[in-house]
Amino acid sequence: MSPISRGFHRRHDEAEPAGRVPPGQYVTHDFPVLSAGPTPHTPLANWTFSIEGAREPKTWTWQEFQALPAETVTVDIHCVTRWSKLDTVWTGVSLDVLLGAVSYDDPYVLAFCDGGYTTNVPVADLTGGKAWVAYSYDGGPLPSEHGGPARLLVPHLYFWKSAKWVRGLRLREVDAPGFWEMYGYHMYGDPWREQRYAGD
Amino acid sequence: MAGTAVRGRLTWQTATVSSVLDETAKVRTLSLEVPDWAGHRAGQHLDVRLTSEDGYRAERSYSIATAPGEPVAITVERLDNGEVSPYLTEDVRPGDQFEIRGPIGGYFVWDPVDGGPLLLLAGGSGIVPLRAILRHRTREESPVPVRLLYSSRGWADVIYRGELDHHAQGVAVIYTLTRQQPAGWTGYARRVDQQMLSDVAWPAAQAPQAYACGPTSFVESVASGLVALGYPPGRVKTERFGATGS
Amino acid sequence: MQPLEDWVLDGNAIGGLLLEVFGTEMTAATGRCGSCGTAAPVAELAVYRPELGTVVRCRHCDNVLMVFVQIRGITCVDMRGLASLT
Repeated sequence: MSPISRGFHRRHDEAEPAGRVPPGQYVTHDFPVLSAGPTPHTPLANWTFSIEGAREPKTWTWQEFQALPAETVTVDIHCVTRWSKLDTVWTGVSLDVLLGAVSYDDPYVLAFCDGGYTTNVPVADLTGGKAWVAYSYDGGPLPSEHGGPARLLVPHLYFWKSAKWVRGLRLREVDAPGFWEMYGYHMYGDPWREQRYAGD
Repeated sequence: MAGTAVRGRLTWQTATVSSVLDETAKVRTLSLEVPDWAGHRAGQHLDVRLTSEDGYRAERSYSIATAPGEPVAITVERLDNGEVSPYLTEDVRPGDQFEIRGPIGGYFVWDPVDGGPLLLLAGGSGIVPLRAILRHRTREESPVPVRLLYSSRGWADVIYRGELDHHAQGVAVIYTLTRQQPAGWTGYARRVDQQMLSDVAWPAAQAPQAYACGPTSFVESVASGLVALGYPPGRVKTERFGATGS
Repeated sequence: MQPLEDWVLDGNAIGGLLLEVFGTEMTAATGRCGSCGTAAPVAELAVYRPELGTVVRCRHCDNVLMVFVQIRGITCVDMRGLASLT
């Protein structure tokens, strides 16, 4: 039995604005940086975003990407490490625009990134106005430590699915685990059902 | 005896705080009583685990501040947004308990048999394991000459200042104060750079052993600077503390 | 190469985790990267701790050498990136 450390308590209180914050989360005004590897620094001249596994592969350069219709959205984000950040403002290209540019059948995607990170998401959770490839945060260019030049943004799932430094999507027939999912994180990751780990 | 040593190393043990000492406004040393403490080496650290009444647990690592043979103690710097360090530096009282695991580390350690000359490089709270090394050297009456280059934000941030100012024979302490200097300060007043290393470091030809500890950016910079002066990478031992409260 | 950010640690920081997983002190052990062959003490490897898990990388080529994830009291250990650990 571990001794209790008298007077020690967690730093954060949970569940502020009722209904706004998923179970087990606390609201932060910081924006913690969580990285599994060094921050990549791909020059924009070399940056591309690709969709693989559709009938025809599709790639955009940075300039072509910037020319796509973009939206500014305000969303809440929820990290599996229990912090939630409310009313975050992003600008980016909707996955409806990106996936709308290809023809495909597969129901799943593996997002891939500079540095080798991957994460899996069902196509149905990227389309219908639910996800973006974001290149601007809080009115400015997305900082590199937060995934710039561009990251995936899928706010209705735990934030490890919003892959930093995203470079493309690979369409797949089956839902295969990405980096954290391979080690036991939940394949889907719905914060409202507290799907943090496999088996939740 | 072997059974006790294994238990001490692999499992969590209860530590009771026996005394606290405020070193600076943000830094406190906690002396600990650990039954069956198996002893430690200079440079090692402990993992500390706190458990709250509702079962919440937090773990952190802290370097052991004392020499082998002295009661085990840790020195903790309060990080402004921290969860554990404010508790350890402000709330903890003698008699309080938490769990520790250790001692840990077989790389960033020094014994007199490792020889010298020794070059110790401390960035902020990186001084903690290096103070353990200095005390061990003194207690063992080692003749190995030492130069300590210690980078702090200001004079009030220098940890163990009294002890370092009255250091043993054969130890040279060089401070650099990077943000604020007291009136009349004639010492270094900038972040460690190649020129400063070149001034202070033992010549590579003397086959010195270097230990660099502190924030990652400090350690990376001094380690590569020493290699540029001809130190073999294997003679520069490093311990990165990550970000500090600055 | 860009300087590493302050949140990047080294193998000293996971000495306790390695003690728990291997049952012995490991920071002085030598890890050889399975991708570029660089050998280094575990204490000198680059360690990333984004709270979801611990990722240990080769300082020379950034290859992932070890991953530790602790979920529900069970530690998953992946060492496929290491050619050897001695």
